[in-house]
Amino acid sequence: MDKRDPFRHNVLTSGHRACSGCGEAMAARMVCDLIGPDAIYINATGCLQVFTTHNQQSAWQAPWIHSVFANAAAVASGVEAALRVRGKDTPVVVQAGDGGTFDIGLQCLSGMIERGHDVLFVCYDNEAYMNTGVQRSSSTPHAVHTTTSPPGRLSQGKHHLKKDVISIVAAHYMPYAATATIAYFPDLKAKVEKAMGIKGPRFLQVLSPCPLGWAHDSALTVTVSRLAVETGLFPLIELEHGELTGVMRLAEQKPVEEYLRPQGRFRHLFGNGEGAAELRHLQALADARICRYGLLDAATEWDTQSAMQSMRHGRGGYVPVLQEEMEK
Amino acid sequence: MRKLLEGSQAVAEAVRLCRPQVVAAYPITPQTHIIERLAQHVADGELEAEFINAESEFGAASIVQGAVAAGVRAFTATASQGLLLMTEVLHNIAGMRLPVVMVCANRAVSAPINIFNDHQDSMALRDSGWIQLYAESNQEAADSVIQAYRIAEACELPVMVCMDGFYLTHSFEPVELPTQGAVDEFLPPFHFARTLNPATPMTLGGGSEPDNYQEYRVLQHEAMENSRAVIEAFDADFGTQFGRSWGGLLDGYRLEGAQTVVLGTGSLMGAVRDVVDRLCDQGRAVGALRLRCLRPFPARELVGRLGSAQRIIVLEKALSVGAGGIIAAELRAALQQAGITTPVESVIGGLGGRDLTPDVIEAVVRNAGPDEAGVSCRFAPQVAVHHEAHEEHEE
Repeated sequence: MDKRDPFRHNVLTSGHRACSGCGEAMAARMVCDLIGPDAIYINATGCLQVFTTHNQQSAWQAPWIHSVFANAAAVASGVEAALRVRGKDTPVVVQAGDGGTFDIGLQCLSGMIERGHDVLFVCYDNEAYMNTGVQRSSSTPHAVHTTTSPPGRLSQGKHHLKKDVISIVAAHYMPYAATATIAYFPDLKAKVEKAMGIKGPRFLQVLSPCPLGWAHDSALTVTVSRLAVETGLFPLIELEHGELTGVMRLAEQKPVEEYLRPQGRFRHLFGNGEGAAELRHLQALADARICRYGLLDAATEWDTQSAMQSMRHGRGGYVPVLQEEMEK
Repeated sequence: MRKLLEGSQAVAEAVRLCRPQVVAAYPITPQTHIIERLAQHVADGELEAEFINAESEFGAASIVQGAVAAGVRAFTATASQGLLLMTEVLHNIAGMRLPVVMVCANRAVSAPINIFNDHQDSMALRDSGWIQLYAESNQEAADSVIQAYRIAEACELPVMVCMDGFYLTHSFEPVELPTQGAVDEFLPPFHFARTLNPATPMTLGGGSEPDNYQEYRVLQHEAMENSRAVIEAFDADFGTQFGRSWGGLLDGYRLEGAQTVVLGTGSLMGAVRDVVDRLCDQGRAVGALRLRCLRPFPARELVGRLGSAQRIIVLEKALSVGAGGIIAAELRAALQQAGITTPVESVIGGLGGRDLTPDVIEAVVRNAGPDEAGVSCRFAPQVAVHHEAHEEHEE
């Protein structure tokens, strides 16, 4: 007997405990409703798990399992193997945050992809450990203020670059890997639908702004996610078997400052010389991504020779490089 | 059919007869022969299962968790560091009350790294919520796997079958392998009521708060307590059907009238039995008791079997560093609760694969006195290493 509510087949129902303006809740609602309730969902530990299954209540109208933080991809591998051996083609979907994808979950994710499990892995990327109160992850962009990468007399925030996880995933000869964000629903929808039409491992990285951790107005979640794309900091791309097969091109490039200004996590960069160097570097990173993925017809307005070279020079090494530039 | 089988092979055959549909594992000595054999069975079409080479033991435990939650019988095996790497998932499997079965090929834990046998690995997991059965022989290890699936699925509790690395996993013994028909008769087809299924969506592994978390543990504890009767009943059932059983929770040897009893677990009890025979022949009233089941801890049953002994020696291959013998401590508590004041001598030996030979065990029995106040345990004496054996281990 089908025990689901026949009138509401939303996979993620209302009444959960996400913060107002939560980008992950929007993203999960979009992704899961596109896939539908006839799937098995595996969740890593994180905000989504916490706010949807609080204290014996559940916002899920589909079969859903959460084991531990690091193992969502391995649990999904087991679920998928069990379904295969039982002759069922129920889709299997993993949902994890950036911690459960970029950091603690990366090994199990790599194993799942290498073994070719027929699983869609969705990473809701909010660029830090938000569930534990905003600590830096390897997805946190450089110079961001988190509780474990605080700006101070000797620091301008996080010292390291955001890990390029989509390239790592694609390097597994991945059938399908794509980035998306909530501001571009038709693009997200097309990517989910495309992913669901492909057999084998698939990966979606959905940029999901977090008003709490990014310190922006909770009414600006969609705006901020759009600006991440428009500035070139978060390119919307598709990779098939490791090859770039699709990019969302930009009509014009917006300066990164438009994206950074509304977010408190970048506030320390404004109004001081060292912060200005970091702003230059963030602009260079956006330019580098625009060049790499060919997001503009012409070269970027801010493109510099040092854009690619300045990407990594040891621990926080971008500062001296840029300071030299500033002095010129 | 009676066959000369390596312990790992015997266990792999028993697993095959239980028809798991997902097998996931990661190699680690001395467990590896078990999964190699299963991989071959799958490759040869003798076991219809998905064989999944996990990227780590942590992954292997997670894969069997997912597989069981998705409605199939599953198997994994590991040892030592691998078991410790699985720890987080093993607690989760138990808390979720999933009927997972695994084999631990007992091995010392690092540092210093040592591939040889003792019980420090599985003993470290004694509070994880898994039933733990310890086998004395290859035959018992194989039979215990078959029993384990039935126990796990009846109680919705995971079961770990522990077998001594090398002493059992790499030793050849004659093993009676049951027929497929007989195993099918003993072990019903897999059934799990909370299977992940879109037609009856359920949330597994959601959050809980202080007002109800404890009740999950209470229920888990009750299930564990109730499993004692199930373990005994299924072992008896097994005896009826296959003509051999393993004592359920405890396996006594020459306990009738024994004034001194040696309590231990695993393969070392074979040597203990020889020592008991030797000492009985010399007119001493010595018996042995083998703890087959560490969890649930058979406190009442132990009191029943040891209540009239005048001297109890617990010989174990694990050490709670800074506290002493683990089984000894639990036995002391059980006896104290029953108002029995017999002193319990805690002797630790066999760590890192050091042989507990009959001579060593005899020395332990002959020389033991009551523990001095404040001394939690003593260590079995070192024996002179035989020259050839020494050469063999040189690298």
